[in-house]
Amino acid sequence: MTKRYACRYAALVSMSSSSTVSGRLAASGLAEVASSEASLRRFLHGLPGIDAVGLQARAAGLGTRSIKTTAKAYAIDLAISMIDLTTLEGADTPGKVRSLCQKAKNPDPGNPDVPHTAAVCVYPDMVPVAKEALGGAPINVAAVATAFPSGRAGLPVKLADTAEAVAAGADEVDMVIDRGAFLAGRYLEIYELIAEIKKACERPDGTTAHLKVIFETGELVTYDNIRRASWLAMLAGADFIKTSTGKVTVNATPANTLVLMEAVRDFRSATGIQVGVKPAGGIRTTKDAMKYLVMVNEILGDDWLSPDWFRFGASSLLNDLLMQRQKLASGRYSGPDYVTVD
Amino acid sequence: MSEPTSALRLDVYKTYKLFVGGKFPRSESGRVYEVTDRKTGEWLANAPQGTRKDTRDAVSAARKAFGGWSGATAYNRGQILYRAAEMLQGRREQYLAEVAVSEGLTAKKAAPLVDAAIDRLVWYAGWTDKVAQVAGSANPVAGPYFNLSTPEPTGVVGVVAPQGGNGFSLLGLVSVLAPVIATGNTAVVALAPNAPLPGLSLGEVLATSDLPGGVVNLISGHTEDIAPTLASHADVNALDLSGVVAEEGPASAKDLEVAAADTLKRVLRPEPASHDWTTAPGTDRLLTFLETKTVWHPMGM
Repeated sequence: MTKRYACRYAALVSMSSSSTVSGRLAASGLAEVASSEASLRRFLHGLPGIDAVGLQARAAGLGTRSIKTTAKAYAIDLAISMIDLTTLEGADTPGKVRSLCQKAKNPDPGNPDVPHTAAVCVYPDMVPVAKEALGGAPINVAAVATAFPSGRAGLPVKLADTAEAVAAGADEVDMVIDRGAFLAGRYLEIYELIAEIKKACERPDGTTAHLKVIFETGELVTYDNIRRASWLAMLAGADFIKTSTGKVTVNATPANTLVLMEAVRDFRSATGIQVGVKPAGGIRTTKDAMKYLVMVNEILGDDWLSPDWFRFGASSLLNDLLMQRQKLASGRYSGPDYVTVD
Repeated sequence: MSEPTSALRLDVYKTYKLFVGGKFPRSESGRVYEVTDRKTGEWLANAPQGTRKDTRDAVSAARKAFGGWSGATAYNRGQILYRAAEMLQGRREQYLAEVAVSEGLTAKKAAPLVDAAIDRLVWYAGWTDKVAQVAGSANPVAGPYFNLSTPEPTGVVGVVAPQGGNGFSLLGLVSVLAPVIATGNTAVVALAPNAPLPGLSLGEVLATSDLPGGVVNLISGHTEDIAPTLASHADVNALDLSGVVAEEGPASAKDLEVAAADTLKRVLRPEPASHDWTTAPGTDRLLTFLETKTVWHPMGM
């Protein structure tokens, strides 16, 4: 963070006293940035630019740590407990979702010490199946909504999609932004979309489903755009920001996720509001997961090092974590014969 | 500029490399060790010193290749093995030289060993689509069922290549490797540390024979690093200890068998160090790394 950037928010932070989200935004002077298309654009384009080479070097540097023995065992269990175990295929069946839920509850049937995952992530029509299969287990059901994965549908369709998922009992909603609108510079449209969806996440009893906003960083072209999208989503009320759908060629990369992490860190220092981060897609090995955990620890600190604030959107990652866990326990390298076939 | 005269020309030495997953990587450790002429003790080449990590990478590559290779038709596997024999024939002179220095033989004595290795590949190539007739059966059962047993490949097989005996360096290696892959298994081979050159060059033959990457992985280096890694790895399904020579320690047959028992591996015990690899191999090796699958199929429906 540049010095000027830090100074700009230092005054704002000290003003904060209100406890509600809108109150905090107002206290930090950020509530008005979305009052018009022009002011939102001015704010987002006023965010400091990103030195791409420096960012990639930093992300790569944080990926070189060697984590072994007890620290590794801790990291593996933490990573398992942070997984949003995902199945988002056209061919998903109730049976497949039920077996996914079993795996989320009890990842390694031979070893009850393994923690459960944070959530299962499915299409909205599978939410009732997942809810039933999970029973009373403390595992959330996340539903992808708003015309996932492309986000190309009219607002009423997106709202209906979200409402259906929430009504079916989804604890978390993963929405996608309209990348076309973002790249065309129609920021206010996206701001309003996120705010509307956030409203649609409210349940009749007054509670709210957690809203995760997916940017599809692989389609945003530049790191600057990713930073702008992060701030835009957080201003609009996202509870979590998420890199990708997992449906395009470039998914979560350490550098992309680092931009998101810096954004949530700066957002909290500006407003006092903490927002979660979820890299998704392309994280397949324990080694990859460790790199992300190191980044969380270094960039965000302990506050984010829990399943409430950091998640992995993944499916095959879990098996690799289990194999590494078996290796640590038995001393023998494990193989795919010793974990479930998904 | 004129061509340099032949007296000034430097020979281009070959960098011997491992063969893992269809590629030719250096050892991840970056280390090499000196391979010397068996007879004169002269330096021949630097061979990569494969490590435990290289071995584990090779096991992953072999596991990845198993589905495709075991699913390929027996006919196709036979064609590929025969193709390997053709390639070996085309590079006969090179192998002749490598076998001669590896085993301390004259070129004249090495020639029949290389020829026998080529012939043995052809022999196993012929077996690929016949082994099911020998190892499979139609079983008579007291009920209205067809009951059929067919052989299936065991999986990833760790092989300790022969380290002694007549023709061990190439013919011996082919004799232990070909039966493993002929039936659809994939292999990770610990090459003979004292004579790895024919084995490392065999990778080049296999890579140009349409053999899918990862079906055969060749690792040179200390047997006491590679063999115990294979024996204790849960993703290795069987172990061929043919070339084990150590009497004591982690690379001895006893310790390797104990480690293999932990993960329920099929184990083939060592050959005597003086084994003559030119003798007819029989079908024992071919039938060792097979599992039997039996299906009951209702009749008359």
